Parts: sequence; C-alpha cells; structure tokens
Amino acid sequence: MRLASLGLTPARLASNLPGVRAEATASQLLLAGRAAADDGARLLGLWASDGRDRGRGLCVHVLLIGTEGLVLLEHALPADGRFPSLAALFPAAGRMERAAYDLAGAASDQDDRRGWLRHAAWPASWFPLRRDATSDAPAAPAEPASEDYAFVRVEGDGVHEIPVGPVHAGIIEPGHFRFQVVGEKVLRLEERLGYVHKGIEKRFEAFAVTDGGRLAGRVSGDSTVAYATAYARAAETAAGTPVPPRAQWLRALALERERIANHLGDLGALGNDGGFAFGLAQFSRLREDVLRANLAAFGHRLAMDFVVPGGVARDLDAQQLAALALQSQALAGEVATLRDIYDEHAGLQDRFRDCGRVEPALARRLGLAGLAGRASGQAFDLRCDFPEAPYDELQVRKAAREEGDVAARAAVRFDEVLEALRLVRAIADRLPPTDLTGSVRVPLAALPPHRPGVGVVEGWRGAVTVALEAGPGGSIRRCHPQDVSWANWPVLEHAVIGNIVPDFPLINKSFNLTYSGHDL
Amino acid sequence: MLTILKKIALTGIRSEPAPSVDDAEGVARLHASILRTLGRALAIRQVDAGSCNGCELEIHALGNPYYNIEGLGIRFVASPRHADLLLVTGPVSRHMVTALRRTYDATPEPRLVVAAGDCGCNGGIFGEGYATVGRVANVVPVDVEVPGCPPTPAALLAGILSAVKHAARGVAPADPRA
Repeated sequence: MRLASLGLTPARLASNLPGVRAEATASQLLLAGRAAADDGARLLGLWASDGRDRGRGLCVHVLLIGTEGLVLLEHALPADGRFPSLAALFPAAGRMERAAYDLAGAASDQDDRRGWLRHAAWPASWFPLRRDATSDAPAAPAEPASEDYAFVRVEGDGVHEIPVGPVHAGIIEPGHFRFQVVGEKVLRLEERLGYVHKGIEKRFEAFAVTDGGRLAGRVSGDSTVAYATAYARAAETAAGTPVPPRAQWLRALALERERIANHLGDLGALGNDGGFAFGLAQFSRLREDVLRANLAAFGHRLAMDFVVPGGVARDLDAQQLAALALQSQALAGEVATLRDIYDEHAGLQDRFRDCGRVEPALARRLGLAGLAGRASGQAFDLRCDFPEAPYDELQVRKAAREEGDVAARAAVRFDEVLEALRLVRAIADRLPPTDLTGSVRVPLAALPPHRPGVGVVEGWRGAVTVALEAGPGGSIRRCHPQDVSWANWPVLEHAVIGNIVPDFPLINKSFNLTYSGHDL
Repeated sequence: MLTILKKIALTGIRSEPAPSVDDAEGVARLHASILRTLGRALAIRQVDAGSCNGCELEIHALGNPYYNIEGLGIRFVASPRHADLLLVTGPVSRHMVTALRRTYDATPEPRLVVAAGDCGCNGGIFGEGYATVGRVANVVPVDVEVPGCPPTPAALLAGILSAVKHAARGVAPADPRA
C-alpha cells in the first residue's frame, strides 16, 4: 500500500504478522482505505478507544490486511466530531462502526444510526468503553425494556414476515433473524445480533496483561485456542518476548486439533440438517474421540487455558505425541470413508448443491473471509500467506473452491480436516526438543504502555484478531478481539436470498458463525 | 447404501453406561423416578443466556453415541412449551434477561431448571457488570447447578439426573422475582 504517498508516516507494528501503523487524519483515512480497497486489501477489524485522558480524543482504529501484511490506521477524532465511514469501501465496516458508537461513542458519518450491540439494557447516552465510565451502568433496569428496532420490511402482495429468536429451536446461541418471505421463498433476511453481549472488552480492563489470556480464551469457546494464541501473540510481540520454538509448535498442534474437532462437528451437523442422521452419529463419535484425546494431551477437552502468554501451560511427552499421531492416522481413514458416503448420497448432495450460493464476485465485494471465503474463491489462509513458525516449515495446502454453495463449504471442511490431520502427524513427528532450560513457557516481559500489539491467527472459522494496548504497571488499557464472523454475518443475509425458508438452518450451519465472539 | 450399512456394522455400539448420581441409585431406578415424576420421557429445552458457546459444545456431545442421552429417555425439544426441564447456560446477559424469563414462564409445571457451567452457577469469569447479571439463579429459580468450564458431558448428565431426583423429593427453589 502506498502509505507514504498519502503523507502518512508508517511505523513498525508490533505483531506476529509483518505490519505497519500510522496516524491518519479523516481525509487520509478515507484515501488510505480507498487505496487499500483498490489494491485488494481486506478489512480485519475496526474499533474505537478513548484517549481523552491522554489528550488525544476518541480514537478509531482500522486494521487492514493486504499482500504485504497488516496496516493499522489510527485516527483521533476532533472533539464532538464524526469519523468518515468506510462502509462504502468495506461493507463489513458498517456494523463495526455502529458497535464503535455503542461502546465508545465514536460516531461515523454513515446513515444507519441504529444501535448494534446495545439493545436497551443500558442508557444510550452511556458508553462502557469510555475511560470515565465506571464498570456499572447507571441505574440498569431490572427487566430491560424491549427495544423497537427498525427492521427493513418488504412490501407487496403475499409478503409476510417471520421472526425467529433470540431463543432458537436447537442447542444454538441466541440471535434474532427477521425473514421477509413470499410463500417459502426468502426475499430478505435481516439479522439482529448482540444478545450475548457480555461486556468482554470492558471486562479486560480488570485483568493484568499476564492473566488476560484466560478471558480471551472464553470470547468464543469453539475457538478458545485461536483466541488464546492471538492474545498471546499480541502480548508477546508488544513486549518483545520470544516464545520457545517448542511452545510455538505445541500451539499449532492445539490449533489444528481445534480445527479438526470443529470441522468434524460441523460435517456431522450438516449431514443431520440435510436429513442424514447417520452423518451426525458418525462425525459426533469422531469428534468425541478427538476431545477425549485432547483431555489426555492438553488437560482439557477443548484445550482451554493451554496457550498462555509466553508459551504453553504444559509440555507433551513422546507417548502423548505418538498417541495423537496414531489417532490422526485412524481418523484420516474414517473421514475419507465418510466423505465418499457423503459424496455419493444423492439426497444429501441434492440439499447441498446450489444451496445458499455466494458467487466469488459477490464474496470479494462483500469481503467474505475465512473458511466460507475459501469456498467462494477468496483463497486466503494466514497459515499459507504469512506462515509463522511452525507453518513456515509445514507447507500447508490451502483449500479453495469456487462454487460458493453449501456443498463447497462442506468440501472445504473435508479438505481442511484431512490437511489438519496431516499437520498433527507432522508436528508430532518434527516437534523441536525443549531448550536447555527444559521450559515451554518464558515469563512475559513488561509491556510498554500505549504501544499496541496485534495478534492474528487462522482459526478454524477464519482470522481471529486480538489488538492489545497495555496501561501502566502491566494493566490492560484496551483489548479488542475481532472475529472473522464480523465479515461473514452480513454475507449470510445475501446467501439466503432466493432460497426456501427450510434451507436456512442448513445454510446457516454451513457458515457456522460465532454469536458470542461477535457480540462480545 | 451398502457402504453405509457396512460402516454402521463396523462401528458397532459405542454407548457407555450413564454416570451414577450416587451409589445407592442405579440408572434403572433413575428411569423409574423420571417416570414417577413426569409419567414419560424427560424433555429438555436448552437456553443459551449468554454463554461463550463452550457449554453448548459439551451439551451437544450428550447426543453423541458415547453418551447417547436419548437412549436414557431424555431428549432435547424445540419449544419450552414441550419441556420439563430448562438447561440454561450463562452468565445471563442483560439482553437475554427478558427472553430467559419468558422461556421460563412458557414452560409448563412441574418445571426444573439446571444451570450449566461456572458462568451459570456464579457468573464465572465474566462476573456481573453493565452487560451481565451473572448467575442464572439471579433471574429464574434454579434446582441444580453444574459447575465446570465447560462441564464435561458426564457432569451435565449427572446434573440433569439429579435435578429429576430433586423434583421427586418435591423441593422447589425460591423464585428470585418473589
């Protein structure tokens, strides 16, 4: 990106990816955003912070990723000013900007002024992430009033509306979906999220940097390893603490195991939603096998709290590694058999093919990312594009499809689970020995205050980003996690247009986006 | 079709015995107590009232062939109106308070509530704040709490079974709204 030609002075960004950061004025923010979009860069995150106690005003942070790495643009708002919306360049920015207003009161100049993460549980004039906000909202009502959210309605003969949620019919997270339909055909879907907003970003302020990984690991339970790793990398790169090589490899081992467990679970659920209960029984059995082996290897079925800033919580011995490698081999055979069964099942393929299609051109325009992006021709994978140890030695094969339908998203999962099983074997085989200290964890050096660190990790769903800014004395001043689901939730609304209502659960499952990781 | 049948035959039956709630009572007597209390199988409505989705993953696992919860006469249903028991995860976000109360009110009596996970039991790592009200018992009456982050499927199953025992003894928890 041509930052210097825009008058920006880029400085090195502390991150596990190559990257720069630069202060930008409002016009520079727009120009840099446009230059980035023209270069094919993508939006990883947008958030606001309060720098008024340091004489900077409210600040908006925009994180982009291009072929050369990350660009973090920081724009300090003038008092009572608005920042220019980037939603025309990066559609996913629209909701992020609404969230930035809900949480920090930093307003963009976009037309959509509806609340996004704030419903009616705390006053609209109170902003939890402002430095002068105490942790308790003023006079929170015992039973929050229900809010009147202005859904966009479709008018016309025979059009009717179906409200779904927040409590859904299955074992799923809560969210609201508003369908406008004619007969069975979906004309429009509008999502209303934010129900599981827990105030995580505010909660981080109560943690020390060294301890915040536990909270990061609970932003979205299904991606606990990815979040804990992104948090750890943000803290380590900001502190300049090198991680023992063996710990880096063990983190990748846990991350690939997380990918395997989630993909197996999704493949079973996709079979079930397609009316093929056999698939659920088989894949949920394999997933359980993976979780039980995780318990033996990592001390936790989901490997929660295994990744810590400075390394990993425990080492694995040769016997444990051999067991994981052996299991990978057995699983690869089972998955291959089940893939053949799925591929040859006419009824299932009839449900999967052409269902919930996102064409590559639309995917590119809307910024579809991660696993779902790779099923629609957006072939980005951090493990291949910016390989960090140990991925630089493992030559990860990138899964990519063009069809963009449920079948393609299932196929990407099959490809990736088989590749991840290969990676687990390779890691178990080539894991570097412990260094002379015999430790897989080093103490985290003190973080310089107000110098951001950014960790980005390719989780099973896509990129998981954590931006961390320390305050004085090892405290957390601002920690912002951003899930790839922010990019993909809006695209789901497009994926269902023209499909029938009963296919929505299948399409939704094929994306399987996080609510908790989005609502924060 | 033949490959499917072959795979089923080769996989065999993987279900494991259910965890015992205490030494004196076996699974058969628990079945009897479910039947005595409810007169039929136990129907559960799961409500995520703010969890990080870790608990949901383990609740899902109850349905896998190892735990085979349906084999014990317990099933998850799509509406609270069909449910005997609410399995609630937390911490309860302020945005979910109304939905949780309405779900509880829609569940016919006698109704049981199991709070699952550390967050459902005591607010967990998220605690109480501007966006959360903490433990499930702050919002609806809770019969049994199952700690864990997340609780294992075996612990969840034991919690569900002990709630049924609880009901058989006729102990009703206090309503936080009263």
